[in-house]
Amino acid sequence: MGKTFAEKVLGRAAGYEVKANEVVTVEPDVCMSHDNGGPISRTFKKIGVEKVKYPERICFVLDHAVPAPTSAHAVNHKEVREFAAEQGIPHLYDIMSGGGVCHQKICEEGYALPGLVMVGSDSHTCTYGAYGAFSTGIGRSEMAAVWATGKIWFKVPESMKVVVTGKFKPGVSTKDFILKLIGDVKADGADYMSVEFHGPGIEDMSISERMTICNMGIEFGAKNAVCKPDQKVLDAIKGKEKYSNWECIWADGDAVYAKEVHYDLGDIEPCVAKPHTVDNWAPVSEVKGTKIHEAFLGSCTNGRIEDLRLAAGILKDKKVAVRTVVIPASWIVYRQAMREGVLDTLLDAGCVICNPGCGPCMGNHEGILAPGETAISTANRNFKGRMGDKDSFIYLASPMTVAASAIKGEITDPREAL
Amino acid sequence: MGRVWKYGDDVNTDVIFPGKYTYTIKERSEMAEHACEDLDPEFTKNAKPGDIIVAGKNWGCGSSREQAAICLKERGIAAIVAKSFARIHYRNCLNEGLATIVCPEACDELKMGDEAEIDFKRGVIKANGKEYPFPPYPEFVQGLINDGGLIPHVKKELGLA
Repeated sequence: MGKTFAEKVLGRAAGYEVKANEVVTVEPDVCMSHDNGGPISRTFKKIGVEKVKYPERICFVLDHAVPAPTSAHAVNHKEVREFAAEQGIPHLYDIMSGGGVCHQKICEEGYALPGLVMVGSDSHTCTYGAYGAFSTGIGRSEMAAVWATGKIWFKVPESMKVVVTGKFKPGVSTKDFILKLIGDVKADGADYMSVEFHGPGIEDMSISERMTICNMGIEFGAKNAVCKPDQKVLDAIKGKEKYSNWECIWADGDAVYAKEVHYDLGDIEPCVAKPHTVDNWAPVSEVKGTKIHEAFLGSCTNGRIEDLRLAAGILKDKKVAVRTVVIPASWIVYRQAMREGVLDTLLDAGCVICNPGCGPCMGNHEGILAPGETAISTANRNFKGRMGDKDSFIYLASPMTVAASAIKGEITDPREAL
Repeated sequence: MGRVWKYGDDVNTDVIFPGKYTYTIKERSEMAEHACEDLDPEFTKNAKPGDIIVAGKNWGCGSSREQAAICLKERGIAAIVAKSFARIHYRNCLNEGLATIVCPEACDELKMGDEAEIDFKRGVIKANGKEYPFPPYPEFVQGLINDGGLIPHVKKELGLA
């Protein structure tokens, strides 16, 4: 009987054959933390170990509230910098113009590699599955324990197979697909599971698009989400691999799945996730005309150059009717957008361009909502209070839908703006 | 005996502990003051030690923020009873030594404001003159719980306790 990706990758890490539902202890290859590295360092010190086990496996990216909006946030950053220096941790992306959103940097800088086991103290760590890694989010105490011992336990997850064929129609993009999938399988559709994306629809996707779908794996409960590491991945990592122990691993053709779903991308239409859950799916036609007060383009889901280009395509020679906050996912993305004239297009339209970081996505700064306000956002969560006030409303959508909506000040079908 | 606080499906960690506090509140006791702030202001004000949360499926979905477990633990919540748990939050609860119980029958029958008691030794929830049995933790997890959570467990493992 064949093995799933999760069985193979965790078996490789454990050093013996494993199957779904076994508990294994493995040593993660990469351990990512962001601003929460500060509190984690305090928990680490409570354990009583002097030094982290594998300093070279730890990676810090300051992104959640940068530059620090309050002194409390600044303390987190200070603690991370001091801890990295004290422990000889070589990988720290500070808020200088080499940084960005943690998941973007981990991928962009060559930490995300096929076959590696990667943990992060952030639920969207599942993004690195776009590169064929087994990557999953963990809590702060768990991360402190991994720093101290170098290891962590996992139940080898059962797997869900998502088979994707077909091509998007104009005005429709990857975000519309993943929102539809989550709407169908619901918020717990893949609880405790490894989600594997298969099929020509995925093979045709760019790495950036694969990051968008793997990023949102956690929104339907997945432990990890992953795409097959193909030539596109090999080309993307070539020359910048931070570790040498990677290996392309993929599920066997006769692997056993707990669940299987099929999608034709040609059937997908522009859609949103309505407040206050990510699985509250609706076609744009159902919510068209809903008044918005803010549009947000960015986040680890959709803040990459391809996303900014899609939005700029719609906003060219137009003006936004509501405040529109744009946050490129990294300074590399920012500069690329600058070189291509994308930033000029967005600025001409009236957008506010902020520095790379997480911004309003988790209610910390740069674009917080007032009570009663509604936003349309390319981020990955629309939970109550997520962007600041509990009496505000968030619709999730694609970069094209967000751009089209920003022009009219109400939720708009992007196909009307093409 | 504790009061039952009853909630529905897919309660996420943002409404249990809002993200806006993630980097500004550092004391565990202060986290407890904000427990379930965007879910139920009544809970935030009135939940008492020994109270029990009874929810639907997928309790704790969303962010990996451990404060969502810490704020309930510090509040003295005796256990969270749900039809199912989201995995990161489930691990966070275990790691904080906060009891998580999967018992769909109790979730269907118990109501907001009921009085309930949990007998961990026998593995039953007692409420309204009825007993609802729940499965014990797997052996591996039980070891973690017996040690009082992950950090004490790691200390013991490393010979530092």
